[in-house]
Amino acid sequence: MAEKGSGFTEETVKVGGTNLIVLKGGSGRPVLVLHEELGFPGWLKWNAELAKNRILLVPMHPGFGRTDKAEWISNVRDLAGFYAQYLREQKLTGIDVIGLSFGGWIAAEMAANDPKLFRKMVLVAPAGIRPPTGELRDVFVTPARAYLDASVKDPGATAEFGALFGGEETPEQFEAFEDARAEVARLAWQPYMHNPSLPHLLEGVSGLPTLLIWGREDGVVPLAAGEVFNRVIKDSRLTVFDGCGHRPEVEKTSEFVAQVNAFFA
Amino acid sequence: MHIMWFTERSYHYDPDKEPEKLRALETEVIRHRSFFGLRNELFDAKLGSELLNQFLDEKIYSDELGFDGVMLNEHHGTPFCLGAVMDVEAAVLAKTTRRVKIVLLGNPVPTVGNPIRLAEELAMIDLISRGRLVPGWVRGAGSEQFANNANPANNRELFEEGIDLIIKAWTQPGPFRYEGKHFHFRFVNPWVLPLQKPHPPIWIPGLVSPDTVRWCAKKRFPYVALATKLEPTVELWNMYTQQAAREGYQVGTENFGYMQPVFVADTQEKAEELGKRFMFGGAFAHFARPEWMFPPGYNSKEATRRLARLNNGPNLPGKPIHAAGGEEGDAEIEAIRTAIYDGYAQSRKDLQMIAGTPDSVIPQLRKVLEVLRPGIFSFWIDGPIPPKDRMRCIELLGKEVMPRVREIGKELDLVDPFERAPGSRPLAATGEPESVANAEALAAI
Repeated sequence: MAEKGSGFTEETVKVGGTNLIVLKGGSGRPVLVLHEELGFPGWLKWNAELAKNRILLVPMHPGFGRTDKAEWISNVRDLAGFYAQYLREQKLTGIDVIGLSFGGWIAAEMAANDPKLFRKMVLVAPAGIRPPTGELRDVFVTPARAYLDASVKDPGATAEFGALFGGEETPEQFEAFEDARAEVARLAWQPYMHNPSLPHLLEGVSGLPTLLIWGREDGVVPLAAGEVFNRVIKDSRLTVFDGCGHRPEVEKTSEFVAQVNAFFA
Repeated sequence: MHIMWFTERSYHYDPDKEPEKLRALETEVIRHRSFFGLRNELFDAKLGSELLNQFLDEKIYSDELGFDGVMLNEHHGTPFCLGAVMDVEAAVLAKTTRRVKIVLLGNPVPTVGNPIRLAEELAMIDLISRGRLVPGWVRGAGSEQFANNANPANNRELFEEGIDLIIKAWTQPGPFRYEGKHFHFRFVNPWVLPLQKPHPPIWIPGLVSPDTVRWCAKKRFPYVALATKLEPTVELWNMYTQQAAREGYQVGTENFGYMQPVFVADTQEKAEELGKRFMFGGAFAHFARPEWMFPPGYNSKEATRRLARLNNGPNLPGKPIHAAGGEEGDAEIEAIRTAIYDGYAQSRKDLQMIAGTPDSVIPQLRKVLEVLRPGIFSFWIDGPIPPKDRMRCIELLGKEVMPRVREIGKELDLVDPFERAPGSRPLAATGEPESVANAEALAAI
């Protein structure tokens, strides 16, 4: 199904018993994009920029309102296994990946389980590791809108902030947020948004070039978690954007796109 | 007809003795827009100790007054309710009362998280009380999920599976192995089992959840509506009735219970004063902020869809649903306080609140009973009321109101679940169930 002018089309791929909805846009070598905990925030400028020379594959996580819930997936590692199956069956292993926040956690679990799934990995302020200082912001205890507000350093100074999740919160968007939050609760209520074994498992990963991108003023996943990721992943580099919160791809779009393109080149 | 009474056991100062402290507490609640989550440094343990003893004394007195039951509930992390572990209070009452049923509506199975422990606690209460326990179950308010870190996305599954396991533990000879979706016990064999066989009668309290109503009908558990508005309550009764017909039985008054705020005093004026206190801090409207009332996954999709289309939150007078609170100036706090107490007149008009002398409350109670025809009825008194006024209210309810309600119950044939087992009436050959609620009586109000 093509959506005119949106820059992407939508396809449904059978993975096990699940009809996975995948957004697809651009041209070139494919990149897997794993979206965040509030759902897919929309095809934004950074997507359009990267899509100039890459095909972005953006699966809609099961149970987040678009793709049906897969009851058997009961934690993030299960979800990582599900996406590994998707890549293998679609002959996409060795793909590049960009995982954002919750989606970054999924990518990290996939890499921890089988580094050969990816050629190169970009993790944008991923969840999954509890920071040694500070706390992972609780997405469940505040309304989605408040969490969204806290996800950038300054909503007023973020050009695309108003475009995230379609702007104003309509009843439909409220429902979509609640779908996403409910499924994240099912998968990551406890331990909250992290897996204590992940840093240990990541130490066993080698041969996977990894770019970690963080905003210095990230109010959702503190930079201290990024330092742990950088320490445990052998072939990693941590890039920190000053004056930036949890959404470097939106807050610092051109720097973000430049970094990612250079890394994938 | 089974007649009982209920109170949340709220944390409050005596308005006669410490009116300023009481007002300051209310201001904190209004500013916070929530009883739940109020910082606990405001808790005065000495006052808490006095109040818990007072509430138990009231229950013991109710036994003497001849109430059929006393009802308890539990909430966590809130001055709204001091009963954080109601089984503790129930255990005290099991030994200190003689006749009254101890009605627990209900134990929050998902947040307690250990059905076998609950089965044992409740079995002990049933044994000590010599078979006077009526256990009920709840999902726990949304806020309780935070207070106990219970995953709200699994709430209904934990509720249904946990209850099945408790009943199994009580009724299926052990030891047996239980491996469910959420609960795993490989050696179920509680030695201490309830006195009542096959197990104590189970009632389920609720507010508005159609899912719970349908589930109750399937399980043949009486459903006790907690002071819900009459019209939606009639709809829920009808939903229960239809589901029961699909299960192959005819509902009766024994399938339904209703709880109603009722305040009585020696004069109308005094009773109105007590009734107004029920609104303290916004009452249930400020039970918890919306984001805590409805944590992710706690609601069904259907309920979330409904919620998404509300312009104003059910618990925030005049405020959008996502208003967080906490930043209002004094003038705004006073405006909210005024709005809260202005709501009293409307609640009187809707029969959501009945206040008066014993003589004056009877006709209003009759109207409610005629519409809903519940086999179980509970008076509800709450708010910061001086202990002597509470005791007098309970005394008048027991000595003057209850006998007359009982008469009305006989006249309306309000059979309770002890007189006729819920789900024991056969469905008419046509398959069409008769409704219990009286829609014509509702229209006449």
